Amino acid sequence: MAILETHNMAVGYGQGKRRKALIANLNLALEQGSMVALLGMNGAGKSTLIRALTCDTQPIEGELLINGNNATTISKKEISRLIALVATERIMGGGFTIWELVALGRHPHTGLLGRLSSHDREVVDKCLDDVGITHLAHQHVASLSDGERQKAMIAKALAQQTPIIVLDEPTAFLDVASRIECMRLLHKLAREQSKAVLLSSHDISQSLLLADELWVITRERNLITGTTEQVVMSGAMNKVFDNASIVFNSNLCDYEAQLPVVGSVKLSCNDLRLRRCMVNALLRNGVAINEDSHITLRVNDINDITTSTGHIIHNIKDIATLFQ
Amino acid sequence: MIAALVTLSIACLLIGSVHIDASVVFGILRGHDSGNQAWDIIVTQSRLPMIATAILAGAALSVSGLLLQTTFNNPLAGPSILGVSTGAGLGVAIVMLAMGGTIGGVFGETVGSYMATLLGGLVGAAVVLVILIAFASIVKSSTMLLIIGILVSYLASSVISLLNSVASEQGLHSYVAWGFGNFAGVSLQQLPVFASIIILALAASLLMIKPLNALLLGTRYAQNLGVNTHSTRNLLLVITGVLTAVVTAFCGPIGFVGLVVPHIARLALGTAEHGKLLPATMLTGAVVALLCSLLSVISPHGIIPINAITPIIGVPIIIYIIINRRRINYFN
Repeated sequence: MAILETHNMAVGYGQGKRRKALIANLNLALEQGSMVALLGMNGAGKSTLIRALTCDTQPIEGELLINGNNATTISKKEISRLIALVATERIMGGGFTIWELVALGRHPHTGLLGRLSSHDREVVDKCLDDVGITHLAHQHVASLSDGERQKAMIAKALAQQTPIIVLDEPTAFLDVASRIECMRLLHKLAREQSKAVLLSSHDISQSLLLADELWVITRERNLITGTTEQVVMSGAMNKVFDNASIVFNSNLCDYEAQLPVVGSVKLSCNDLRLRRCMVNALLRNGVAINEDSHITLRVNDINDITTSTGHIIHNIKDIATLFQ
Repeated sequence: MIAALVTLSIACLLIGSVHIDASVVFGILRGHDSGNQAWDIIVTQSRLPMIATAILAGAALSVSGLLLQTTFNNPLAGPSILGVSTGAGLGVAIVMLAMGGTIGGVFGETVGSYMATLLGGLVGAAVVLVILIAFASIVKSSTMLLIIGILVSYLASSVISLLNSVASEQGLHSYVAWGFGNFAGVSLQQLPVFASIIILALAASLLMIKPLNALLLGTRYAQNLGVNTHSTRNLLLVITGVLTAVVTAFCGPIGFVGLVVPHIARLALGTAEHGKLLPATMLTGAVVALLCSLLSVISPHGIIPINAITPIIGVPIIIYIIINRRRINYFN
């Protein structure tokens, strides 16, 4: 059974008669043990949807069920034991040590004064270990890199011991290495600890690689859901952006700009890595790859590029002159 | 810190504008008759209440500063900077003038009159806090909120000045004296009321340690940890208002203690975790207030106003913190 479901839910702004639905007819299901990536362009309503799913705001229509119970009947305290949140914003609280920060995740389980039992302490230690930041336990939050901070926040979310973890663009401010590491970690946690992980992201290639399911908000504000493969094969990925010159390349599993092209060549190159580089270099300079082209470009090495028409290409920037 | 507290308390007992021998002071404390009635009165009715007042007022102002800094997520917040003290002062001034009495050391002949003064202070502080809450939801920038606090403070000061222009000469004189700041304003008879309100409010602040820690992560995370951020913030501001108003009504608007002491405590502890920080702030506040109190009586030329001493201690610390804010972890 899904741990979190929505029935005909609509999310948006405002209340009463002035309310405006941003995304409607949401019938979603989040399962434990799998990671879902929520994709969509800026302003599509990713954060609005996440706020509603984390019970931060009320849905303006329909209902949200968590663990089979209507969310409106669940107390805030109870929700903090069901859903753990990791937000985009850099957190304040630089004066906490990492251990203290992660221990805040125990709040829903401690009493009025927040005193930690030995069990709570063990949980904190284990969460630090699961995320791989035990060695940072006694450093201050302020001394960490953005990637380490975000890992600490994931450890905090784990310490809440909730079945659901929701992350609102957790990797937005991270460099590529931390981004990949962060996504892998979340995928691992979903699998090994049977968490239901929902994250919104702009990182398409990592999402396609690691998410079990995609929830894609299209430019018409429809939400398309399915396994990652189903969604990619359905062509839904091309319905995300307004800009017609941004197209989804399913070979690359990422978006690319459709650049103006002045001509095309057939590419002959045995080294796959070099071939990949050459495709980009040619596209950047206005030349497409077409197996039927009457010009063949032979690439033996970056510095050894010749054409079937007898030209030697010394500088790839000059490739367009072939078509003038 | 506890050692410093004890040492300073003893020093405050022994040192004062009237010289009394240490052995005589301890004799009086043990209940012996010193043979000099004036000395008995000085020790039991002036120095003892003054020490208790300084300890409580220092702790109260410091905790009030810490709560404001966490609530507004602003390291430069404090009861005097945000205008809470001035608001309380305005309330006190209105009540005193309305009653035709005077503000300061001589106020409160009857329980009713100083209760009214206290109420005036509370209402004044509450009004400023409500204004701050209202602006806090409109202006997101914490610097702007500080500036609004300062503006509110100026406004309250100007109203106080207007009131003073219609006040009697005696009223004006005691108002000016009150404005200097003074831990001697609480008599032995008033001390139980003063102490019980402050101890209650400090105890209430200790119950807020858990939500305070959550608030340091920002409201969204705090809500996700099960904290009702709205009611928590209101409760914190009520505690702040009570602490500031009571101290201001009795001791005058004492600046800098509330702003600086939480920073001293953070620097000393190396953590922003309120479970450790809040008690440390109370203790440090008491020590700093006692130190100011001692410095105010140490001069042979008479009593120096508390508000002449607090900036001398406070300003260098604030400047140090501003200059080193990149190095000091709790700013980021």
